[in-house]
Amino acid sequence: MNGTAETLLAARGLTKRFGGVVALEDLELEVRRNQVLGLIGPNGSGKTTFFNVVTGIYAADGGEVTFGRDTITNLSAQAVYRAGIARTFQRSRLMLELSIFDNIMVGNHRRLNQGLWFNLARRRAFRREFQDGFEQARELVRVFDPPLADRMFEAVGGFPMIDRRRIEICRALISHPQLLLLDEPSAGMTHEETTQLMDDILEVRSTFEGLTIIIIEHEMGVIERITNRCVVLNFGRKICEGTYQEVAADRLVQEAYLGIE
Amino acid sequence: MNRGHASRANLMPGTLGIAAATAFLILFLSVESQAGTAVLLLGGAVFVLGAARFGGIARMRQSFTGNEGAMNLVVVAAALLLTGFFYDDHFTLLLVATVMIYMVAALGLTVQFGYAGVLNFAGAAFFGIGCYTAAVLTRNTALPHVLVLLAGGVMAALIGALLLLPVLRTRGHYSAVVTIAFTLLFKTFLEVNDTLGGPQGLRVDGMNLFGWRFNDNIEIGETLELSFFANYVVGSLILLALAFAFVRRLERSWTGLNMDAVRLDETAAACFGYNISRWKITAFTVGNFLAGLAGAIYAMMLGFIAPTNFTFGDSLILVSIVLLGGIGNPWGIAVATTIVIVLPEKLQIIQEYRFLLYASMVILILLFRPLGLLPRPLRSYVPGWQPK
Repeated sequence: MNGTAETLLAARGLTKRFGGVVALEDLELEVRRNQVLGLIGPNGSGKTTFFNVVTGIYAADGGEVTFGRDTITNLSAQAVYRAGIARTFQRSRLMLELSIFDNIMVGNHRRLNQGLWFNLARRRAFRREFQDGFEQARELVRVFDPPLADRMFEAVGGFPMIDRRRIEICRALISHPQLLLLDEPSAGMTHEETTQLMDDILEVRSTFEGLTIIIIEHEMGVIERITNRCVVLNFGRKICEGTYQEVAADRLVQEAYLGIE
Repeated sequence: MNRGHASRANLMPGTLGIAAATAFLILFLSVESQAGTAVLLLGGAVFVLGAARFGGIARMRQSFTGNEGAMNLVVVAAALLLTGFFYDDHFTLLLVATVMIYMVAALGLTVQFGYAGVLNFAGAAFFGIGCYTAAVLTRNTALPHVLVLLAGGVMAALIGALLLLPVLRTRGHYSAVVTIAFTLLFKTFLEVNDTLGGPQGLRVDGMNLFGWRFNDNIEIGETLELSFFANYVVGSLILLALAFAFVRRLERSWTGLNMDAVRLDETAAACFGYNISRWKITAFTVGNFLAGLAGAIYAMMLGFIAPTNFTFGDSLILVSIVLLGGIGNPWGIAVATTIVIVLPEKLQIIQEYRFLLYASMVILILLFRPLGLLPRPLRSYVPGWQPK
């Protein structure tokens, strides 16, 4: 089978309203396995809403979302994560007073033994699981930034934004999801830091075979560099789709972004 | 060899600190005059501030993190030493046991509030449920007292389950209001309920564990007679050690991490598969169990309980202990409980104004040291573990 032809996530007629505001209108969107899809559009065009509907934070008002062979429309956030979708947040939602390790283990929830008896009484087995978890988390952080991997037990609040982004992506990746949703990973970072983070993401992709990514981004350089395909939203509707070059040349897109009449 | 030596040297600051604290407590508890008490307090405060200024407290902390088992033993030994010193003094031993029992209840609150972020202003009510359970069971059944203790905890946890629905449906301050309402209801319920003694309260039998009768004075040889409260001190110390170890383990596991995550960011936690309710329920139940357990031994020690022991004010005392000590730090609980319970007993001037005192302490702490006297350190899952 041709790996690139297989659809991993698809939205059909997806609609979300907030009162009178239509945040998503009849959205058709597809991402194929092993690809990076860029989601672009002006502020308020429904990009983050799309993530929130897919990950079960908001309930959709219409349409459906399929993931692999399953319909995941309006599943709970928990069920979406268990199905293999992990995300980052536009305003980094790390737990600042916890350590890097703690934060990454939050993302590993479905793979850790959560039984009370195991956690309280079977300390030897717990210790092994802890050791395994630590090795994996450290390996993952190393891909991003080796020095960071030596500071796993320091509070996240003491690290600069770029490290927090890295940690947040590690938290999403530690459970080996099939689909990673990145919500504006460059927000709050300098141009150099953004370039660096994108290098990291590309490198991680080569280590995680078959990882599919949807990325929301305003930095067109980033989009050009790492996406295979782009979808442009405006007022909750898809106005254009194609490779970055095709999209950038599109008249509707230029209007939406630059206000060209 | 070398490493062993290093860790032995490291034990010193902690041991010295505990020794100083014990000596201070012995002095403080023996002094009779109000002026002497005030002078001691001032001296103690200056000493602690000085030690903190010159890094003494930090070094003590290192001793504790580096040699946990040994330091725990030192603390237990210090507690026993203190008990031995006041061997025939009913009042002081009652006070010491009370402090330890309150520590158990405050540990319960730490799990709820410090870990899972479930505010509980009904601590005294759950403590009271333990008390009344012990009263009813010791007077009306022949149930072994180990089971009475457990029953106190279980009853508190079960009745707490009634509150779960409103607590889970509301967030933050609103769930606090639910628990406040519960404390008020609880006291009124006791006052109008004649089977539970109404406002007069109930008598409770003394504790008897496997033939160890806690209400008999201990005679050693012909001349030495220990106050029977020494039994309760030892009993509460055992309970406290178990509760302490339990809470520690809880914190150092995925369960502890889960509770923290639920407290810090419910949305992010939900996106990583957390069943938010599950961890709140676990924390609430565990916390109420500990409070009820503490209540059961407390009732058997006092021999008499009445609704006035379980007011909203008493719940506030428990909350202020948790805030004062350092939210989520069991050692902080130990320090704060000692201060909050012992101070008004010794300084009679304060007695009348103790709620004013607690309120101002909490406000000062929240303003100037929001993480408490002993802030909670980052989680270490396996004590002494180092990455390779």
